Amino acid sequence: MQTQSLDATFAALADPTRRAILARLASGEATVNELAEPFAISQPAISRHLKVLERAGLISHGRDAQRRPRRLEAKPLAEATEWLENYRQFWEQRFQQLDTLLDELKALNRKPKVRTAKG
Amino acid sequence: MKSPGTLTVAAHGDREIVMSRVFDAPRHLVFEANTKPELLKRWLGVRGGWTLKVCEVDLKVGGAYRYVWWKESAGLEMGCGGVFREIAAPERIVCTEVFDDPWYEGECVNTTVLTEQGGATTLTVTMSFESREARDGVLRSPMERGVAESYNMLDELLKVPA
Repeated sequence: MQTQSLDATFAALADPTRRAILARLASGEATVNELAEPFAISQPAISRHLKVLERAGLISHGRDAQRRPRRLEAKPLAEATEWLENYRQFWEQRFQQLDTLLDELKALNRKPKVRTAKG
Repeated sequence: MKSPGTLTVAAHGDREIVMSRVFDAPRHLVFEANTKPELLKRWLGVRGGWTLKVCEVDLKVGGAYRYVWWKESAGLEMGCGGVFREIAAPERIVCTEVFDDPWYEGECVNTTVLTEQGGATTLTVTMSFESREARDGVLRSPMERGVAESYNMLDELLKVPA
């Protein structure tokens, strides 16, 4: 995957309004007006967010010249998720070794210790 | 081997990575395993021939820590260190992190929070980078290592007769 497109994806996802727009589009395509409805911001502001999402390849618009409905493009999101998953696996392997160590420490803790004076 | 927790990793905002994982152990043990050199040497990045050759932890505010990993067979070394900013045993540690051979720009501030419930401990690490580019770079970089480690694991699995 292109480095720049990952940067663009994460940058696009960094904004809560843009994430809300993507969440809305996950349930089906929508026009700019429909997308602007739930937000207390102007339509030009929504259009700016849509441009960022479009440049990141996260959304596209339909052919209908009048309505130009926006729709979600799944691929860049899937790629961003894949990077996170790789990072996750890298740490998961480390933490599995910590699990083993903790099991050992717990077993040691359960054993009566010499210094625990009992009568 | 029992694996009580599933690690979650998320990119937060512009500059953060947040990881969360549950361990089937009381909080003080998880804290010790994250702060005592003799315990860190047992798990932190030690697999596939890597050992934690240097592990020094001066666990106090303003105190420094230093780790150097070593892979003898390949003659490779990787070091990192930082300074503790906050310590509230056994629940919270804030420290800086800088690698000798930086694979991201600037330093990272790691905030580790431990919460215990019913004998299990949730570890949450928030890594805060200086820039979005640094954060995204980190998310990209472990891929190669992750794949290499996966192959190592596969090697080990293949050694075990089915």
